[in-house]
Amino acid sequence: MGGQKKTAQLIDSNGLRVDGRRIDELRPIKLEVGVLDKADGSAYIEHGKNKILAAVYGPREAHPKHIALADRAVVRCRYHMAPFSTDERKSPAPSRRELELSKVIRESLEPSIMSEYFPRATIDIFIEVLQADAGTRCAGITSAALALADAGIPMKELVAGCAAGKIEGKVVLDLSDIEDKQGEADLPVALMARSNVVSLLQMDGSLTPDEFNQAFEMATDACRKIYEMQREALKTKYHIVRDVEEKNEIVEAKA
Amino acid sequence: MNLHILRNQHLYVAVFVVQAKFELDQLTVHAEKKQLVAPGELLAEGPYFAGENTYRDGSKIYSARVGLADVIGNKLIVVPIKGAYIPRIDDIVIGRVTDIGMSGWQVDICAPYPAMLPQSETPMQHGREMGRRDLGHLFGVGDLVLAQVIAFDRTRDPLLTTKGRGLGKVTSGRVARISPAKIPRIIGKQGSMITMLKNETLTDIVPGQNGIVLAIGKNPDQERIAVEALYMIEREAHTSGLTDRVRAMILEKMKGK
Amino acid sequence: MSATRQLSPVAKLEQKTVVDLILKGKRIDDRGANDYRPTTITLGIIDKASGSAQVHLGKTKVVAGVKVEKGTPFPDTPDDGILTVNSEFVPLASPTFESGPPDENSIELARVVDRGIRESKAIDLKKLCIESGKKVFMVFVDIYVLDHDGNLIDAAAMAALGALVNAKMHDFDVKNGELRLKDAIIPLPLQNYPVSITTTKIDSTTVIDPCLEEEQVMTCRLTVTTDKNDNICAMQKGGLGVFTPDEIKQIVSTSIGKARDIRAKILASVT
Repeated sequence: MGGQKKTAQLIDSNGLRVDGRRIDELRPIKLEVGVLDKADGSAYIEHGKNKILAAVYGPREAHPKHIALADRAVVRCRYHMAPFSTDERKSPAPSRRELELSKVIRESLEPSIMSEYFPRATIDIFIEVLQADAGTRCAGITSAALALADAGIPMKELVAGCAAGKIEGKVVLDLSDIEDKQGEADLPVALMARSNVVSLLQMDGSLTPDEFNQAFEMATDACRKIYEMQREALKTKYHIVRDVEEKNEIVEAKA
Repeated sequence: MNLHILRNQHLYVAVFVVQAKFELDQLTVHAEKKQLVAPGELLAEGPYFAGENTYRDGSKIYSARVGLADVIGNKLIVVPIKGAYIPRIDDIVIGRVTDIGMSGWQVDICAPYPAMLPQSETPMQHGREMGRRDLGHLFGVGDLVLAQVIAFDRTRDPLLTTKGRGLGKVTSGRVARISPAKIPRIIGKQGSMITMLKNETLTDIVPGQNGIVLAIGKNPDQERIAVEALYMIEREAHTSGLTDRVRAMILEKMKGK
Repeated sequence: MSATRQLSPVAKLEQKTVVDLILKGKRIDDRGANDYRPTTITLGIIDKASGSAQVHLGKTKVVAGVKVEKGTPFPDTPDDGILTVNSEFVPLASPTFESGPPDENSIELARVVDRGIRESKAIDLKKLCIESGKKVFMVFVDIYVLDHDGNLIDAAAMAALGALVNAKMHDFDVKNGELRLKDAIIPLPLQNYPVSITTTKIDSTTVIDPCLEEEQVMTCRLTVTTDKNDNICAMQKGGLGVFTPDEIKQIVSTSIGKARDIRAKILASVT
């Protein structure tokens, strides 16, 4: 057992995809901040069927000492998929893919982390994919950025991730697993929305330069939307209506 | 340009927050006092100073952390909701001895950097140098110490001293571990909160800037109530009327103790 | 875990020299922003491999070897041969390489080169099928870095492509479910020629084919792999910096043109 049956059509005659979405539609996203007790910062994301938990420990003492950098914190990142997260059981040992993704995810978040604040310390980011349905590295970046903010780590801004791709000759936004497996191209992107710069960019498949431009625009626009969702999630967690001077305090606090 | 004028013009509306944006001579503060901000949010534009937990990019000042924005004079700051303890010189801290070396003790002060308490920074013992075994008699591994930070910078781990009134080994009491960002709330405006705690629980409360707080009472029940009160303050730090609610909780629990 | 690397041992003075030159529009080895270092590609240097190639890209030296062996296909692609790309950053190639299992840079390089070959469908994998669902030919591409002076990805991709172009196998047919190797020697069933072009950003200037000193001061890099039809088949951003959308678009368009030059060079070395 294992493997999926090939789906006859990824885009139907009405222009709708297998899950009913339009070409440029994002899968539903749910974000929650501060979900773990022991971690310094944490966040949980559901992006389509992806379920990913991100946790941050740090800044903390560097162990072993020799990995420490003199002028800034070492940022460490581990992207890992649970054995039950995919259709076929995945061995718990880190695969080459997980090692590569740990690297590119770290390189997408580290540009925003103001690690010079903590020389000789480490900031550790853990991303655990509990359920995978394509786009895990992007969703991992979105939740890890929230976990970093939740931990109180100084950052230039939040980072959001989203992928675009090509299926049946059409450029589409936010591939699901079946679209990724049977499609012609996958383009994961991470964007820092305020300064409008890209910190993750990968591609595999086949795209003409025009298709690339289209897919890239789609993905970066989606990243901007996801950034707004991240801000909302932070405000929901820490919502405080303005605290008037002590005497007539009228406050709505959401725990 | 006097920002006092700005403050008086803020609208204080009972339940709703009104976003007030003032433009005066190209100086714009976008965040209002005590507004919750996330990293990357625009706080102000123009010749303001980028204070704690903010940064400047060109003519604009942005938040670097999740916290409450504030304006002090012409300086923008963000008071963080959460964060690690970064030692500052003169901070009083409570730590746990983790190792004894040749000339002092290594102390865990719940910071990203282990602290050192050199023997030379303890009150003179018997007027002579101590060997390692003697060091162990003064502070053993696992002991709690109340100390003060005397040195810390980017290139070295924090240095502590116990030469000072009240500093030294902690021999009794219970310990609460609070987020360092909440310690100001534990103390309260002009010490209002901590004074209330001490009076109502009949314990001595010693807050370390590193988030470790000691509660020393005459009996374990009082200490336990004090610790519960501390965690309550941490949980509800951002609410109002907290002092009264904590007092009420303490009085309820203190009945018959 | 992926961790921030120790800063390079290049002296601050050398770093400053590289950056100062870049800001003046020059490079430490006097090249233009879009110039590759002198490149030589030699094919067939390892007789025991099915195919091989050695690339000298400036002082960077990479060897790639191809081995073709029999194996079983993956269950979901029963008619396809198998492609595997591996890379070794052997310790003799650089003071920064340690012996042991491949580190994240080595793995990233192998996977980026793999994507270029796989997504461009450079090898017609169906022509490697011996018996559907039971037996296929497996193509192993092993990349060996011998001397690290920057831009290992492009050198490795060139060497891999060279080795594939150079590779030979016995012609074969299948009779009664049995594989019969014929005497005739044929090349691998190649139908596309992916080429990767790596551009580095230093400060806000972009330069192609970074030498080691340039890599050590760069903020980030973008590798763009294109095929013979100018389609993009792989991209990989690396490093701790960021790109603006305009920089990305400009790099993509420059890379396509450069790839044509490199492709011609590799194919010319076959003859």
